[in-house]
Amino acid sequence: MKRFSWFNATSLTLGFAFLYMPMIILVVYSFNASKLVTVWAGFSTKWYGELLQNDAFLDAAWVTVKVAVMSSTLATILGTMAAVVLVRTGRFYGRTLFSGMIYAPLVMPEVITGLSLLLLFIGIGLDRGVLTIVLAHTTFSMCYVSVVVSSRLVSFDQSLEEAALDLGCSPFQAFRLVTLPIIAPAVISGWLLAFTLSLDDLVIAAFTAGPSATTLPMKIWSSVRLGVSPEINALSTIMIGIVATGVIAASLISKRAAVRQQKDERAAERVEA
Amino acid sequence: MRRIFLIAVPYLWLLALFLVPFLIVFKISLSDTALAIPPYTPTLDFAAGWEGFKSFFSELDFENFIFLTEDDLYWKAYLSSLKIALTSTILTLLVGFPIAYGMAKAPQEWRATLLMLVILPFWTSFLIRVYSWMGILSQEGYLNQLLMSIGLISEPLIILNTNIAVYIGIVYTYLPFMILPIYSSLEKMDESLLEAAEDLGCSRFTAFWLVTVPLAKQGIIAGSFLVFIPALGEFVIPSLLGGSKTLMIGKVLWEEFFSNRDWPVASAVAVILLLILVIPIILFQRNEQKQRETEG
Repeated sequence: MKRFSWFNATSLTLGFAFLYMPMIILVVYSFNASKLVTVWAGFSTKWYGELLQNDAFLDAAWVTVKVAVMSSTLATILGTMAAVVLVRTGRFYGRTLFSGMIYAPLVMPEVITGLSLLLLFIGIGLDRGVLTIVLAHTTFSMCYVSVVVSSRLVSFDQSLEEAALDLGCSPFQAFRLVTLPIIAPAVISGWLLAFTLSLDDLVIAAFTAGPSATTLPMKIWSSVRLGVSPEINALSTIMIGIVATGVIAASLISKRAAVRQQKDERAAERVEA
Repeated sequence: MRRIFLIAVPYLWLLALFLVPFLIVFKISLSDTALAIPPYTPTLDFAAGWEGFKSFFSELDFENFIFLTEDDLYWKAYLSSLKIALTSTILTLLVGFPIAYGMAKAPQEWRATLLMLVILPFWTSFLIRVYSWMGILSQEGYLNQLLMSIGLISEPLIILNTNIAVYIGIVYTYLPFMILPIYSSLEKMDESLLEAAEDLGCSRFTAFWLVTVPLAKQGIIAGSFLVFIPALGEFVIPSLLGGSKTLMIGKVLWEEFFSNRDWPVASAVAVILLLILVIPIILFQRNEQKQRETEG
């Protein structure tokens, strides 16, 4: 059996220590009783209590979740459509521009995306608020969704779809009954990606939000600019906890699904044989 | 009919919310600053018809771009962004390669877990990951406490609010982008190639240089672009970890827009940043295409 060599074991240990140490410190010190964040003064959960009484944070969290749910759902629909267009529709007029517009937002600096969308919203006289953040987040995250979904679409056997069409399905039915169940894992991970991108975004939200809506990252931003604060540590710990639980649960579910699929495939092979 | 609908919906969305906004940025970068709402002239007056169009275009000029070349703040900001992005890309490569290498050489049953451990930080808030370094690097922070308690230093090091903190922040937050492509190119590598090189008289070190590194080349290039491109326009890291002397173009653009309220100059800054980014983006796309071709 293969083992770790001492060199690889050291570089992995150091590497993962580097990746995780800052977050572990943050989590540990969120339970610090002292107002001075860097001096340990005993265990306490009082910052969590204060956080839950801070209406500004709770409001911002609510706005953020609303924006994230709406924009990731819209982005998943649009991004999946875009992926189908990229992989399945063949040539059409303006295809190069289309794929350019799908890939460009992935590498665009956030400050430019934010600035350009803000100037658009002002230009057409749209009041800035939740709606404009949703539009902005949908636009950049649909591109991520379409990349994730199209990589799944490329690898899947098109003859299944053709079979459905031969058996009398309409193209939409074939998509809904055959294609969608097969690409569903990619669509779901696209949605999750869009959701976290939206939760996470500060720069684009700050440009497009206007005075009437504040998202959680904007709120965090304005308080961490003044330095480290125990409430933000508590908030970060909650967010890290949610993400870690979500990712671990998702990976367990997908592992189980993969095992089941393997079993099904093997069973199918046996039947064929 | 359905096909047209399928194409048109995402197409029109991207045209309206991606391409048109850029044209607007470009147009405003040619306009003049004004004390008005919106704070620039000229604005297009549709009611004036053709005459309105003509006067609209005659008032656009490259004044803001000339202004950018005259004030050396902007030159310095572009150059220092390039320098910071390049240095931190090299640092990220130096930190990321051994991790990717260790992952690719790890026992098979470990790899999925290690991969998840690399991806996990990517799902946590970027802002929080940057923020976590503020407590570590500050003057009374954890790093200085540690170094002073073991007697390595007697005076606290000043790291926060310097460019060093910006490098650390970029390496830390973009590390997964470097590790993943290198890992995926190393993972496919055939071990017997190394054995062959050693049989033919290479030392392990020369075998590494002559076999492993060239095979990982495309992963290294892809990872470097994935770090360099976003680092160039980075705003959050230099604002939180950098000091008043840290000049980065993303920060300049933000301040030009929010503090100075000079929209035409902010737009001109954005246009130039985009022009600078076009070259690495095209090179990156080409590398990706080459990779697809060698695989397909």
